[in-house]
Amino acid sequence: MLAHEFMRNAFLAGTAVGLACGLVGYFVVLRVQVFAGDALSHVAFTGALAAAAAGLDVRVGLFAATILVAAAIGALGGRARADDVVIGSVFAWVLGLGALFLSIFTAGSSGSNGTAGVRVLFGSILGLSSGDARIAAAVSILAALALLAIARPLLFSSLDAGVAAAAGVPVRAIGIGFLCLLAVVAAEATQAVGALLLLGLLAAPAGAARLLTHRPWHGLALSAALAVGAMWGGLVLSYEVPSLPPSSAVIGLATLAYVGAAAGAALSTGSFRARHLTGDDD
Amino acid sequence: MTIELAALSLDPVSDWNQLTTYPFMVQALEAGTIVAVMAGVVGWLMVLRRQVFAGHTLAVIAFPGAAAAALSGLPLAVGYYGFCSLGAGALAAASRGEVRGRSSESAAIGTLQALALGAGFVFVGLYNGQLGDLQAMLFGTFLGITAGQVLTLLWIAFGTLAILGVAARPLLFASVDPGVARARGVPAKLLDAGFLLVLGVAVAATAQITGALLVFALLVTPAATAQRLTARPGAGIVLAAAFALVVTWLGLAAAYFSPYPVGFWVTSFSFGLYVIVRVLTAGGPMGRTHATGAA
Repeated sequence: MLAHEFMRNAFLAGTAVGLACGLVGYFVVLRVQVFAGDALSHVAFTGALAAAAAGLDVRVGLFAATILVAAAIGALGGRARADDVVIGSVFAWVLGLGALFLSIFTAGSSGSNGTAGVRVLFGSILGLSSGDARIAAAVSILAALALLAIARPLLFSSLDAGVAAAAGVPVRAIGIGFLCLLAVVAAEATQAVGALLLLGLLAAPAGAARLLTHRPWHGLALSAALAVGAMWGGLVLSYEVPSLPPSSAVIGLATLAYVGAAAGAALSTGSFRARHLTGDDD
Repeated sequence: MTIELAALSLDPVSDWNQLTTYPFMVQALEAGTIVAVMAGVVGWLMVLRRQVFAGHTLAVIAFPGAAAAALSGLPLAVGYYGFCSLGAGALAAASRGEVRGRSSESAAIGTLQALALGAGFVFVGLYNGQLGDLQAMLFGTFLGITAGQVLTLLWIAFGTLAILGVAARPLLFASVDPGVARARGVPAKLLDAGFLLVLGVAVAATAQITGALLVFALLVTPAATAQRLTARPGAGIVLAAAFALVVTWLGLAAAYFSPYPVGFWVTSFSFGLYVIVRVLTAGGPMGRTHATGAA
């Protein structure tokens, strides 16, 4: 399997993207910003197609759109947590714009480019060139390192913003910085698993990790490990079953991990469950 | 799109005649009207109950539903309604007994959503259909709506609105203050599950026009606009339905006279309306009271 160059590229990019998604996703779930992550992934779709319609590199549109919107969400929301209704209204429109760019792009170019929209929506990890894969790996690893660098104050302000602010942690700046990191990861992951499926890679491993352990550092590591594992498993599975797209396989495995964790948590004793539910509240 | 020479003039009568020349367009307008009214009403309640994320997930589930129906040769409507009802049941089961909006629940919803989209992608791949099908399922189309579909939509809308009409008072009570409602003997859990089911059906109907990804343009945005203007339930519901209706008509007409997709126009008009109202009511009391209304 690894004799094929496209599989090696996919594994290189996939490992790094999975690592970054697992790490960032843990905080996304912890901070209850799954919906913001959802919105960012849809924005990535519009950005990519806008760049494609304008004839630019897709990556330019991806990064510009996600970082811009992340900064806007961060700046608008009082505590960098915007209202669901506002996010919903904005991203319905952003998706509508995406549909517009898609129609412009497919109308303006002949046949072969008609799949561009599908590639952006559902990813094309097997189609990465080795240059793309290296860039994806480098960006994802940089994002993961940046996240680890701010992990302590971020964790503090996620768990208790009030106390963190009183202790001198710049809660607001960290919130916006985190959203921007999320934007970078979302833009990079869009190329691997696609704009629509990337939410699964953010939410499922992190949700599973949160169910399995309450200790934040263990959870963070577990979330990253699960995301990378789902990515590897998904790539192998789609290599063995050609009709299965890799992004769907990856999301399927990540979901399986989450369901397994939820079942495990439900089966364990009532005292554990009680502890878990109260643990959720702080 | 193969409609040629549909040129917008300044004469509204001739525009209207052009718009209603083809039966498919008349059916699209009829279907759009039904869907808009239903989505406006259900959406208003959804925004009041802060179930925006759940609504989005149900909308996304419509996509694998349609794809699975196409794959197995069933009518698309079966897939839309079947999957959305199932999804609503799953969401109701998942949220039972837990406090709404906590982090583990939102992770579950997000996971469900990504899984649904991934499954839909597999189905579309197996179906080997044209890319146009995929784009229509995701971003909507007003082409090819049959008279039978319009009739089904009418019955669905009638049933949905009748159920909401009967359950309106306890539902509002339970939405605004679940704790007090439960203490007064309102069956809050039954209402929760029932509303999710109604939401699923409404979303399935809306998705057939706007596409799975753009349901929000009719479900959330008009309702959010209405709630900026009034906090009274009756007036708010009527306003939301009216906004959804206007936006749908404008969107369908604009899509007819332009080469751009209907999803783009509907979302743009509805977002434009929201922004205008938001700017006009900036600093007003309505948005504030509702933002903290039913946490």
